[in-house]
Amino acid sequence: MNILVCISNVPDTTTKVKFADDNKKLDIAGIQWVINPWDELSLTRALELKDVASSEVAKVSVAHVGPATSEPTIRKALAIGADDAYRVNTEATDAMQVAAELAEVVKSGSFDIILCGIESSDYNGANVGGMLAEFLDYTSVSGISALNVSGGEINVTREIDGGKEQLVVKAPFVGIVQKGIAKEPRIAAMRGIMLARKKPIQVSEPKQAESATALLGFEAPPPRAACKFIDADNPKQLISLLQNEAKVI
Amino acid sequence: MSIIVYTENWDGKFKKLSFELSSYAAKLAEMLNEETIAISIGRVEAEELKKLASYGIKKIITVTDDRLQTFDSRTYTKVISDICAKESAQVIIMANNNSGKSLAPRLSVRLKAAICSAAHELPESISPFVIRKRVFSGGALARTELKTDIKLITLTQNSFDLCESPVDVVIEAFTPEPEGASPAITIKEQEKQTGKVLLADAEIVISGGRGMKTPDNWGPLEELAELLDGATACSRPVSDEGWRPHEEHTGQTGKIIAPNVYFAIGISGATQHLAGISSSKYIVAINNDKDAPIFEAAQYGIVGDAAKILPQLVEAVKESKAS
Ligand SMILES: Cc1cc2nc3c(=O)[nH]c(=O)nc-3n(C[C@H](O)[C@H](O)[C@H](O)COP(=O)(O)OP(=O)(O)OC[C@H]3O[C@@H](n4cnc5c(N)ncnc54)[C@H](O)[C@@H]3O)c2cc1C
Repeated sequence: MNILVCISNVPDTTTKVKFADDNKKLDIAGIQWVINPWDELSLTRALELKDVASSEVAKVSVAHVGPATSEPTIRKALAIGADDAYRVNTEATDAMQVAAELAEVVKSGSFDIILCGIESSDYNGANVGGMLAEFLDYTSVSGISALNVSGGEINVTREIDGGKEQLVVKAPFVGIVQKGIAKEPRIAAMRGIMLARKKPIQVSEPKQAESATALLGFEAPPPRAACKFIDADNPKQLISLLQNEAKVI
Repeated sequence: MSIIVYTENWDGKFKKLSFELSSYAAKLAEMLNEETIAISIGRVEAEELKKLASYGIKKIITVTDDRLQTFDSRTYTKVISDICAKESAQVIIMANNNSGKSLAPRLSVRLKAAICSAAHELPESISPFVIRKRVFSGGALARTELKTDIKLITLTQNSFDLCESPVDVVIEAFTPEPEGASPAITIKEQEKQTGKVLLADAEIVISGGRGMKTPDNWGPLEELAELLDGATACSRPVSDEGWRPHEEHTGQTGKIIAPNVYFAIGISGATQHLAGISSSKYIVAINNDKDAPIFEAAQYGIVGDAAKILPQLVEAVKESKAS
């Protein structure tokens, strides 16, 4: 069984974002780029499944749609333990384009489980996984918080709105992963970093999928009112403010 | 042409989000001068269905096929896209929850529809169709144009006020075409939360962080939630430690919610935590460190020991209920 983990390259989650070019572009000066947190957890789980004794997972690959400047992030995924990588050489402008390009990668290889994070921490779209599944006409399971493979059977837990379900899924499928799938992201060890240098990254040119959206510009979120402090000796006042001033309880 | 709302029910009763989506659709219908149609999958009594008409829905299409008892995104996508084609959908509106996140992207490819996910307001213009959405986990808003003929919007729960605009409604049944392929997923076990307010649906959320000190201190926090008909939540380290279940973790890597009021108790207010809760209408912070960043995000704050303050809040709510 082969697993493909789709990874997105995003600003470190503590970044205070700034914009350039008349608020039309992200100002990338000084940004630290990382693997999108959910993708990192998916990769960790895929590797855990590969590392067990008599594992049924033969290979873990990663795929990324992005320019050469995102290679450090791909190398990081290889250093963590992925066997090889695919990169589609284009700067996509929306999720539809990314998914269309990833679909080409999937078709070019032989993958049973394709994992995507539930969203990327930059544009918070939550779209690529589902779109990819539809381009491929595969089943997709969203909100996955546990993944197991045994006896050729794939078991997942997914969160539904108001509960959880244990499922058996037939491969190939696209799994859209949320938190819980792995406890902590795996960290690259020195040996991994050395090995990663020699692991292959297969670069392909885009099929030039069309974008369905256009980003017109960014705006700062509206400012919030300053905090009103209530004396710790009189917490009752908080309840009365919430009842009579904010009118929310 | 029409505006389609994908409603959701829980054991035959509409979730509140269904009325939010309908209210949103009715407003959009005014802007576009079109009709609103709701899709209801599963068994919902006529009396309950008609509630949608109070929020401006003029036609309801019901699907009660047993094959849809298992939520398989591929089968659901087929059914919904068939209805959208039949009704010449121009805009499709769904919730930005687990179901919406599973279905909207698939539909978007199938219907060649541009998507704006996690919207919280109406479009600023309809020609061109421009809508703002939060990006960078609340750090900015992006003005985005949806360029295709058909558009898809997923709406953040609890971000759009209910708006009554009663109309006459017709109810129509839709029978999906039989699927050729056997289902690719089988449900082995289902665990449904009962009797508790669901975190994603809650208007009031009481959340605890590492400042709660030990899992044994959650009693008054749970009591407060129960008294206020709220849901309980927590920060990531709290769920990582196993003090609280994973489903309660809010933040960038957990649930992203927008309740009317979010109580952050013993939570420092790290950017990744705020990413999940900054759309709350009000944030209340209780923290013994007056410099904790949570106070910058909060509108009401108490500097003090959570263990002492929580029981007093419980008492205050009880008193105000009694009076
Ligand atoms: C990639 C990434 C993703 C992350 N995603 C998330 C996420 O989704 N959600 C999330 O929550 N975190 C997330 N984090 C972790 C985040 O950075 C913080 O570490 C975390 O939010 C801190 O949790 P806390 O506020 O409960 O604990 P702490 O930061 O330890 O804060 C505890 C607070 O309690 C206060 N306190 C102590 N004692 C008392 C008392 N007796 N009474 C009142 N107050 C008291 C302290 O003053 C302090 O402010 C993420 C981190 C990374 C790197």
